Amino acid sequence: MATHAPPVEFALPQVLTYPASTPPFLVAQGAEGRLYKTTHITSSRPCALKYRPSKSYRHPILDARLTKARIQAEAKVLDRCCREGVPVPAVYALDAGGGWLMMEWVDGVPVRQGINVWLGERPEDDAVPDAEVADETPLVDLMNRIGEAVGALHRTGVIHGDLTTSNMMLRPWAGGQSNGVSGEDGEKKKAVGGDVILIDFGLATQSVADEDRAVDLYVLERAFASTHPRAERLFTHVLEAYKQAYKKAPSVIHKLEDVRMRGRKKSMLG
Amino acid sequence: MSLETIQIEHVPATHRVHVALFRDVSNADFLQSQLLARNADFEYAFIDASSVASRLQLLSAVYRALTNLIDGTLQTNNVHSEVVISLSPSNNIAEAYRRWGITLGKTKDIVVAKIIYPPSLPSPSEDSTAPAPTLPTTEDIWAHLSENVKGTPVPLSDEQISKSTDWPKLRKYYALNGLPVLAKITDEAAKVKEMERLIIMRMALRGL
Ligand SMILES: Nc1ncnc2c1ncn2[C@@H]1O[C@H](COP(=O)(O)OP(=O)(O)O)[C@@H](O)[C@H]1O
Ligand SMILES: [Mg+2]
Repeated sequence: MATHAPPVEFALPQVLTYPASTPPFLVAQGAEGRLYKTTHITSSRPCALKYRPSKSYRHPILDARLTKARIQAEAKVLDRCCREGVPVPAVYALDAGGGWLMMEWVDGVPVRQGINVWLGERPEDDAVPDAEVADETPLVDLMNRIGEAVGALHRTGVIHGDLTTSNMMLRPWAGGQSNGVSGEDGEKKKAVGGDVILIDFGLATQSVADEDRAVDLYVLERAFASTHPRAERLFTHVLEAYKQAYKKAPSVIHKLEDVRMRGRKKSMLG
Repeated sequence: MSLETIQIEHVPATHRVHVALFRDVSNADFLQSQLLARNADFEYAFIDASSVASRLQLLSAVYRALTNLIDGTLQTNNVHSEVVISLSPSNNIAEAYRRWGITLGKTKDIVVAKIIYPPSLPSPSEDSTAPAPTLPTTEDIWAHLSENVKGTPVPLSDEQISKSTDWPKLRKYYALNGLPVLAKITDEAAKVKEMERLIIMRMALRGL
């Protein structure tokens, strides 16, 4: 999760010890692995290299097998999505034995960051409808694009497994689209503009069960509510766009009701 | 000299990559026979240019072959045949040679890739006073190629490659027909870019 510089220097994966036009840049370091920005084939082709180092607490043979299987699974899902036109990064190269996967670099920032810029620093209980609140169109449009992307994903039979606003990127539109609006308003509008690209398929599975799709939506709904409490009420737009993008959505949304119910019961039981 | 030396990202400095493109080759059958005879003077990847989409695709295959060479996971005899099979999306090696290698009586334009790297270190039991074998220079390689490949050398640019590309064949090889993502694209150049993207992905996924 942390995107700031890590306190310790990690040993680079072997592949990144060989010469390249620019040094690899550690973008993120999570529990399962690290994400570097580097280059594929030529200096003008940026890529993201996902590296899963071996875990010393796991049995070495089991560990190697798990790492390999996960990288292969992630690559397969990305391939499937690309062919079906779901917005995800393309796979450039991989070495499952070496524990790495190189994929297309997605410009921009995570959706989480874009939404937070839009929401700004206003206090949560600000009841006064100011100009920005009056025109929420850019944020609503973003909700729609998220719903569309998730709908496209589910249409192809893929379950993401970890849908959050950190696992979606906002790739800026060419030329930006703040259309003449300058200053702070223009900046905010720009912050929520761009194509939504889904990333991080490390936990993805292939399934055509409505139940699995509903759980995927539920995970996103919960993550959204806790990350962006002030925009929670706009989540319904995600579901609206999901319905437009995916014709079997009604039965998934129906299941979502059950999943929510179970979630509530569970939290009541503590 | 039309032999290009290419610096590929994340390739050890000890390894060198050369590429060339020959048009209207009249002795493709001879070149193929040298490969089949495992003539050590003909350690090249000879690729039928009609099965190549772009320079990036070719170099992705070269990179994959180098990765396998360094990891010790080559699936064929040597790094040059590995380049050829690395263009394929499937594990069927014979089919890969048929589709991307030279086809007797058919291949006209040929892409050549040559990878130079130091031989593995001699084991301690061998005579350590023997001089290290010298690697061929770029000039050596070009001299040999230009003498043996009877065709017109042209730069290995996307523009030149595209003149040879047989897209209907590639669409079949990489299962690109009827794909939803391609159906949505109307601009021809954008479509070619998207096909290249999918092709490189299928190559990367070979064996999965
Ligand atoms: N293809 C990509 N292009 C650009 N940035 C990426 C890409 N993939 C991941 N990132 C960045 O790296 C972070 C971590 O990557 P992710 O795949 O989500 O791994 P993790 O399992 O550590 O969450 C993302 O939140 C995003 O900021
Ligand atoms: Mg993530």
